[in-house]
Order: sequence, then structure tokens, then C-alpha cells
Amino acid sequence: MTRYAYYPGCSLETMAASYHVSSMEVADRLGIELEEIEDWNCCGATAYSKVDELLATVLCARNLALAEKQGLNIVAPCNACYKNLWTANAAMRRDPDLAEHMNYALEADDLHYGGTVDVSHIMHAFVTDEAMESIRRQAGERIKGLRVAAYYGCQIARPRRPGVEIADVDNPTYFESLLRAAGADAVAFPYKLRCCGAALMVTNRLAAVQMLRDLLQGAVDAGAQVIATACPLCQTNLECYQAEVNRAYGTSYAVPVLYFTQLLGLALGVGANRLGIGKELVSTEIVLKRPIPAPACRGA
Amino acid sequence: MVVASTAGTISFREEVENLLHAEEGVSLIRCIQCATCSAACPAVEFMDHTPRELIALINAGMRDEVMASNTYWTCASCYACSEKCPEGIRPADVMYALTRYSLWKGTFNRDWVAPDFSRRFARTILRTGKSYEPGYAPAFIFEGGFPGMVREMRMAVRLLSRGRLPLIPSRIKRIRNLRAVVARILPLDGIE
Repeated sequence: MTRYAYYPGCSLETMAASYHVSSMEVADRLGIELEEIEDWNCCGATAYSKVDELLATVLCARNLALAEKQGLNIVAPCNACYKNLWTANAAMRRDPDLAEHMNYALEADDLHYGGTVDVSHIMHAFVTDEAMESIRRQAGERIKGLRVAAYYGCQIARPRRPGVEIADVDNPTYFESLLRAAGADAVAFPYKLRCCGAALMVTNRLAAVQMLRDLLQGAVDAGAQVIATACPLCQTNLECYQAEVNRAYGTSYAVPVLYFTQLLGLALGVGANRLGIGKELVSTEIVLKRPIPAPACRGA
Repeated sequence: MVVASTAGTISFREEVENLLHAEEGVSLIRCIQCATCSAACPAVEFMDHTPRELIALINAGMRDEVMASNTYWTCASCYACSEKCPEGIRPADVMYALTRYSLWKGTFNRDWVAPDFSRRFARTILRTGKSYEPGYAPAFIFEGGFPGMVREMRMAVRLLSRGRLPLIPSRIKRIRNLRAVVARILPLDGIE
């Protein structure tokens, strides 16, 4: 059994609670054990790096030290948490002076980080050969033929991590493979790595709404019935602010946006309720229908 | 590499590069003004200077123009520019560095939401150890005027009814220790 230190991140306790429960269900079906990091704190999101770099690093250093104490590598379901933890980890491994500085601060919580923890996005734990094989074996007909846009977002891929092939940064395909293993029809979605607007939804609404419109139109043009996300901020922006896009542009998008773990869970036979499906502002009824209705028409 | 300039002072470009000490990447002097960064940027239309222009202004030593710019406060941190730069410059990290610099120097426009939001966020984490969405509302809720405010409130109610918004912030167990950790990096007064 594979075990990880699980870093849920703040959103998964509130706005993205369904991402949390569905991750747990899927991990359970795949024989992956997620052990939550004891007393973890916020990763700093994008805000801390805008205020102070060392401050941003120390927040992540504490989480890394806590995971090291548990003797496990970290998986994080949020793109931004993943990027922040990964970046702080790399910086401390690269720079012993920085590590010493951080460890001096961590002493105040009786912690020390020795640099032994690896950080991955939770999706990376679900796309190993073993996990994919298990998904193929267990997947029923539940989401067969559902046309899904695999939306990676930004920070799951960028900035590029050493050792990752350029192709996997410019045009990764593991998300699509994962959906196909679960029986879904992953459509070609050219905007799969384009930004959702992130915190600009708060700080520059016009910009974020325009970026969202491009994504939604891209998904419609690709013939997607659902957008699958791997990040709570992407999900929240795409779903909760879809009405705002419609108001601003006179459009009538009604594209369901689910976490990839919710779709995987359905495929693995988990009930919709246990996956948190039904808490959306944009109806996700289409994934609950059996069989999945054929798309009405492809985008013009 | 930072090159010392004449008269024993350092240029604005060197000053900006010094803000990047902990990052990887190469000197801004390598910029060939190809504008790949600007083409890759999904928020470029909302910036007063494109990323390419901003780097040109930095390299030309035009401090006042750079410090007055909204460009780095409009960056969504998607890293498309850093990925695409043929010279290996990492504009996204430059953007972060400039937000820090403008907060430190107090040069940002007081009407912008982004600096206020970042500081509110930093304060929230110091109080509870975790993010709490409703706590940031004062930074932006008045932006859309009264109708915008009503829309935000209505959405908040819908999210609340679905259990997606917390009424009270949760806090980590050892918040006092976290504060002590942070205090070893920066005086808490400077953040709160």
C-alpha cells in the first residue's frame, strides 16, 4: 500500500470540500493511503510571495517539517499549494543557508526540516502505472462516453520542475489518459493549460472574467459536456463566476465543472453523494444521467 | 550575474535583480525584447505596460515608471512567460519581486485592490494559520458598486447553504507556535 502525507490546503475544508471527500474515496479504492499532515498551516497562496519571500518560504517549511516527522512524501490536491510546497522545498535543498535560516525559525515550534520529503500533486499519485491499471480494472460504465475537457490549470505544470520533459510542460497528456482509463471521452481542449484568472477574480475582476470566458468558450467549442479540474481555485472561478461571465458578455454558458476525483469516483462505483456532487451552483445533472446523453451538437 | 556599474552605485536593473536572489534564472540584461512573454500573458490587456515593456523600462533605469506600473499587480502567477522566454529570464518571478518592492517602498496606487488583498491575506494567516475567504471581502466587495455587492452577497448565501463557505474561521492548533516561527523571520508588527 502506498502512503502519502496529505496536505489538503485551506480550500478543501470549505469551498472545495467535495474535492477532499472525493480524493479520499478514490485513494481508498486505489489502495493509496492519505495520512493528513498533523496541524498543517496555509501554504501562503500567491499573496505571501507578494509580501515577503522568506515569510512565504517559512510557511511551507513548517508543513515540510511536519511531513518529514511523519516520514512520508507529500501530495497536495491544490495547484497553488503544490507549487508553493515544491518551490520552498527546492529552494531549501538548493541553498543550505536558507535551510539553516528556516530551521532557526522552525525551532520555535520544535521542528526541523532535513530536506527528505518529495512533493507531488495528488493527480501524480493517481497516474502511476499501478494506479492507472487499477482504475482500468475497476472502472464501470458510469462515465463511459462522457465528453470531458481535462483542465490542468497552471501551476500543476509551471514553472517547469527539473527532470520534467518539455513535452510534459507544453502539452501534458496524463490527465486525459486518466480520464480515458476511467471510461470518459477526453476531448481536445486547447486551453487546458491557460490561466483561470486565479486571484485576479478578487483583485482585477474584468481581467479574470475575460480569461474565464476564453476557457468556457474553448470548452464549448471542444464539445465538452463537463470541465474536469485539478485545483480548487480553477473550479471556483470556472463554476461560481460563470454567471458573472454570462452577465458581462451576454452569453449563456452552463458548463458543469467537477473535480477530476469526482469523475474518477463515479467511474469506480462511488455514489454521487459520497463524492460531494450536488453542491454546485452550475447544475452537474448531466453526469448523473444514465446513460450519458450524447452531446447535442459540437461547437460550430 | 550582477555587474557593478560606474561611480560605485548600482543601477535600477541591478537593484531589481538583487530582489531575485533566491530565484533561479538569468539577468534581465539578456532580454532581447522579443515579446514572447507579452504574447504568452493571458492578462496583458489589463496591464499598463506589457511584460516586455516593463523589462525594457527596468533595463533603461526608469524607476518611477516601473514603480507606478500596475503590471506586476495584474500578474496572475500563471508562469506562461517564464516557461516561454527563449533567454531563460523568469518574468513571473520578477513580477513577484516588484510587488514586494512596491509594498516595502509604499509606491503602489492606494486605489488598487491587489496590495490590500495581499496584506489582508498575510494578516489572516498570522491570526489563524489558515485562509478564511470571507475575511478578504472588504478588500474588493465595494468594487462593483451596490449591484456588485448584492451579487456577491447572494452568491455567498448560496455557497453557505451548500456548506461551501465557513461561518467562522478555523484555526490550527499551534497558532502561537506558528506566530513564533514567523516572528523569527519578520517582526509581526510589520505584517499586522
